Amino acid sequence: MTTSHYQLKRVDLIFKNENDWKQILSRSLKRDQTDIVNSLISSELKGRGGAGFPTGLKWKLTAEQEADTRYIICNADEGEPGTFKDREILSQVPLKVLTAMAVCGYVIGATEGFIYLRGEYKFLEKPLNNAIKEFENYCNDIGFHFSIKIFMGSGAYICGEETALMESMEGHRGEPRNKPPYPTNNGYLGKPTVVNNVETLVHTYTIFKYGAKKFKDLGVQYSRGTKLFSISGDTPIPGIYELELGMSLQDFVDEFGDGDTKAVQVGGASGFLVPRKRFAETIIGYKGKLTGISLPTGGSMMLFNSSRSMFNVLNNYLDFFQEESCGQCTPCRVGCQQLLKGIHAVKRGEKHASYLKKLIKLSETMEYTAKCGLGQSVANSFSSIVENFWEEMVF
Amino acid sequence: MSEKINLTINGIPLRVDQNTTILEAAEELSIKIPTLCHHKDLCVAGNCRVCVVEEVGVKKLPAACATPVHEGMEILTNSLKVRNSRKNIIELLLSEHNADCTKCYKNGNCELQTLAAEYKIINQEFIHLPDTKCYTIDEFSPSIIKDDSRCIRCQRCVRTCAEIQGVSALTVGYKGDHMKITTFFEKPIADVVCTNCGQCVNHCPTGALIEKNYIEEVWEAIADPKMHVVVQTAPAVRIGLGEELGFEPGSRVTGKMVSALKRLGFDAVLDTDFTADLTILEEGTELLTRLKKVLVDKDPDTHLPLATSCSPGWIKYIEHMYPEYLQNLSTCKSPQQMFGALVKTYYAKERNIDPANIVSVSIMPCTAKKFEANRPEMHDSGYRDVDFVITTRELAIMIKQAGIEFTHLPEEHYDKIMGDSTGAGVIFGATGGVMEAALRTAYEIVTGREVPFENLNITPVRGMDGVREATIKIENPLPDWSFLDGAELNCAIAHGLVNAKDLMDSIKSGKKSYHFVEVMACPGGCLGGGGQPIPTSPEIRQKRMEAIYAEDMDMPLRKSHDNPEVVHLYESFLEKPNSEKAHHLLHTKYVPRQRF
Amino acid sequence: MNSTQSLISELVSQHGKKRTSLLPILQGVVEQEKFLTEFSMIEIAKALDLPASDVYGTASFYSFLEHKKMGQFIIRVCKTITCDMKGKNQILLAIQDMLKINIGETTPDGKFSLLQTNCLGWCHKAPAMLINDEVFTEVTPEKVREIIGTYMKRND
Ligand SMILES: Cc1cc2nc3c(=O)[nH]c(=O)nc-3n(C[C@H](O)[C@H](O)[C@H](O)COP(=O)(O)O)c2cc1C
Ligand code: SF4
Ligand code: SF4
Ligand code: SF4
Ligand code: FES
Ligand code: FES
Repeated sequence: MTTSHYQLKRVDLIFKNENDWKQILSRSLKRDQTDIVNSLISSELKGRGGAGFPTGLKWKLTAEQEADTRYIICNADEGEPGTFKDREILSQVPLKVLTAMAVCGYVIGATEGFIYLRGEYKFLEKPLNNAIKEFENYCNDIGFHFSIKIFMGSGAYICGEETALMESMEGHRGEPRNKPPYPTNNGYLGKPTVVNNVETLVHTYTIFKYGAKKFKDLGVQYSRGTKLFSISGDTPIPGIYELELGMSLQDFVDEFGDGDTKAVQVGGASGFLVPRKRFAETIIGYKGKLTGISLPTGGSMMLFNSSRSMFNVLNNYLDFFQEESCGQCTPCRVGCQQLLKGIHAVKRGEKHASYLKKLIKLSETMEYTAKCGLGQSVANSFSSIVENFWEEMVF
Repeated sequence: MSEKINLTINGIPLRVDQNTTILEAAEELSIKIPTLCHHKDLCVAGNCRVCVVEEVGVKKLPAACATPVHEGMEILTNSLKVRNSRKNIIELLLSEHNADCTKCYKNGNCELQTLAAEYKIINQEFIHLPDTKCYTIDEFSPSIIKDDSRCIRCQRCVRTCAEIQGVSALTVGYKGDHMKITTFFEKPIADVVCTNCGQCVNHCPTGALIEKNYIEEVWEAIADPKMHVVVQTAPAVRIGLGEELGFEPGSRVTGKMVSALKRLGFDAVLDTDFTADLTILEEGTELLTRLKKVLVDKDPDTHLPLATSCSPGWIKYIEHMYPEYLQNLSTCKSPQQMFGALVKTYYAKERNIDPANIVSVSIMPCTAKKFEANRPEMHDSGYRDVDFVITTRELAIMIKQAGIEFTHLPEEHYDKIMGDSTGAGVIFGATGGVMEAALRTAYEIVTGREVPFENLNITPVRGMDGVREATIKIENPLPDWSFLDGAELNCAIAHGLVNAKDLMDSIKSGKKSYHFVEVMACPGGCLGGGGQPIPTSPEIRQKRMEAIYAEDMDMPLRKSHDNPEVVHLYESFLEKPNSEKAHHLLHTKYVPRQRF
Repeated sequence: MNSTQSLISELVSQHGKKRTSLLPILQGVVEQEKFLTEFSMIEIAKALDLPASDVYGTASFYSFLEHKKMGQFIIRVCKTITCDMKGKNQILLAIQDMLKINIGETTPDGKFSLLQTNCLGWCHKAPAMLINDEVFTEVTPEKVREIIGTYMKRND
């Protein structure tokens, strides 16, 4: 049914074969810690939670801090609109995640790990706890001291931001902290802490199992390995797909579009909207010296066909941000309200179309000055939608 | 020693300590970076974002107040990008703010207004958000008004109430566009654990938290020819008022203040310091009586330590948080309320005026005093003892309204009858002052000799440490007090309620045992009170403190029991300290309140 | 001791008295009672030795820690983009029609509350909704009537 001239490479690493976790764990525990870190570094794995920080380096920085206690936290807050792959990982291969957390604990010197699970995934709590019990029993058997607890969220997107997440675990409002200090030296309860996305942890498992080279051979320069994509919107085949990084958006649309794709939102509400005319030049991967535009993503790909109003899409995102901003910093708290009210004022003719320019400038200010990634990334969708679909905003 | 960091700010190189923030580094070069959520008394928040600066080579603009310097950093505080972003942020704040400045109590004394003026935010095109929200004004408290429509959500008040006062009456509620400053279940401030101390008012940059003002009521009383309007001025007003009227912090303006009050039209200008001296005799006697009851009579119903009771913020705090210790509070009313009770009895009699025609006004560094005057217990004269309480700030407003050129005023003296005071009275305005004044008198009663400190300055009880301790040894007492021979009187002083909490917890846990403790609700004591001039900072409070002690040194009399008018008051009216009449007029009771 | 008090003391002994237990305890109360009251927050504040305002400020931050009266079954319909595109409005209309309540309201019998929420993480099976912790995906107006019908018959 597709007119594709190039088949996207589907990969099956994440969801397969979890019955070897015991071997992987005991094998890893016999390795030297620096050896593990080095292989992670050479795999060039970058965080899959959105920010793309090199995972090996994160573990290394945390291990190097002087401290009596350290923590590893698995970020399962998965709140970005259009993202649902972490849920699937945790329901299908939880033991891979737990193993990776334990190895991380071994590497950085943590004996306690937490999974911050969003409240919307409460139904996962019980099966996950069963997996944890099984896992901890095995650790006990082999004399490795490591415990894992689930910490439930309660409906706040911002708690996916790592410092807000830790505030929340400490019993506070989920307001992001000032950075620096970073969690690697001042994290949960003030201790050095690794926060990793669920998927990132599963990739480390792949690397423990097959070695860094096999992982690095996948993908392209600066964007190594595979990525789970959460695909939704106007597509005949929505779902979760593991694909090699570095594909062009055109190839992606050829395979997943409904033949009438007008635009794709890459990276969720805080990502970018790419219009049809840019599909060919857009590459999905982390920033680096790739040709054309390179877009990182936590995996959310939302397709829109020509029946969709981009005004409604933007309206929906802004409504989301206005509500989910923690509200502490001015650019984000007030900025989101102004952007949302502003596009409505233009649409209703209460403000001249040129007011959109002022709003784009405002979104730029938010990008430069907001305290955390939420406020900083509203500009992504705002300017990419307004600039590419100016007419739809005005008329 | 800590490592040094090299950086440049606007091209100027400098070397600073590690962990210095960009804001502090800029200050060393006298480069001003605007701030709103930052306050020297409080922890760093980094939420208003007006202090953003540019780091060369970095896309995002760091917040100067919250970002530590690092080696080789090149900072620009006034680049085009910085200025545009900053203007945008101020414009955002204004769009969220009910900025009808001409209708605002803080007009002319608002940090947001000043910034808007500095950056000339003339074209405010953003949508006016207050129109789209239902904001409320909480006016139920006799001390404090909270107007959410003027709040910029800098959280200074919340941090103040938690960090300086340990009360946490205020909190941040909700998130996103609904985020706001509120209380438990959004109750009125009057219905929660608020102590009315006014520190949040002192630290609020805008008109969102203000004192409930009684300026018009006072003008009306003055204008009423039937009424005899008496005014009393608290110790700390005379060393704070100048800051509002063209003087540097730490200026002593007692004479000018008295002169201004006379010109405003008050019929008698009297001094709370007089009842401060009186408090010492009442409370000193109470202390010695309690010591005797505990040490000699072994009376199980008498409690030590005795805790001072002149700070109404502290009173409300202990009523909420440590109701089990109410018997430890001195039963003495605060000097303000002693004064009020005497004005409508003793003073009225001496002056032969019908107390029904007396209006008693007090000028206080304090907002809690407004609540105190409003307490139902405070009617022992048969009338409301103190009719109106206005703060140092409100007095400054009245002086300006009256067109008085304060700097040019002559110095005048307080009127007679309750206008005399000693140095011991004025030091009530500083933390440790009540303790020092009490010791000057009590020691002399017990031993017949002056306290053994040079110039009567009991320096161990002075200073700005949050909790201080001192031990006074009693040797060779007079025969009446022989049971105190060799006794060591353990005293402790706390200021700022968060320190009072530490003190109380150490008493409660049995870790410490004291005979006498002094607590002042506000940092630095009344000199840092919630009704004092804004801004406040550790440096400003230090200067005010020096002024208080200088005022003391310049007084001809330095000990409360030497105050001739106090002596006369006892001879002609009260008989003796803790007499029945004194008890009726000068002492009070407390009520336990809910902690949660 | 009433039932709320014993629930809280049980939760406190399970999670401990440190501030880190605040969210789990609040969640535990909401799980049993559906929403937080002044009384329950004060009890929690006492147990953890926290200012009551802190408990309120923290709870009100989180969308799932309701402090207004809620029904036994809280319906949360996803309103984020994909569910919006795939017809969440029809779902809302069907529920409103069936229960005769608006968004944000609770049925007079105290059985159902209707709320909207943000992306539930089921966009590939939009529209999605939650009833308490249970997820329903690819709902249609017919399906939703059926689902609510079953809940109406439940007596737990
Ligand atoms: C507003 C916001 C929401 C976020 N939500 C998530 C999330 O739900 N899951 C996640 O793994 N990371 C999320 N992140 C990123 C985290 O802050 C953090 O970078 C990540 O968990 C690190 O893990 P990684 O290095 O494995 O990607 C979010 C960041 C921001 C700014
Ligand atoms: S950018 Fe938004 S979410 Fe982040 S700290 Fe500021 S207000 Fe909170
Ligand atoms: S007056 Fe004092 S106790 Fe009351 S809210 Fe303000 S700072 Fe807190
Ligand atoms: S009330 Fe004042 S101090 Fe408190 S957040 Fe608002 S503006 Fe800031
Ligand atoms: S003063 Fe620095 S962020 Fe407010
Ligand atoms: S948009 Fe509704 S589940 Fe994601």
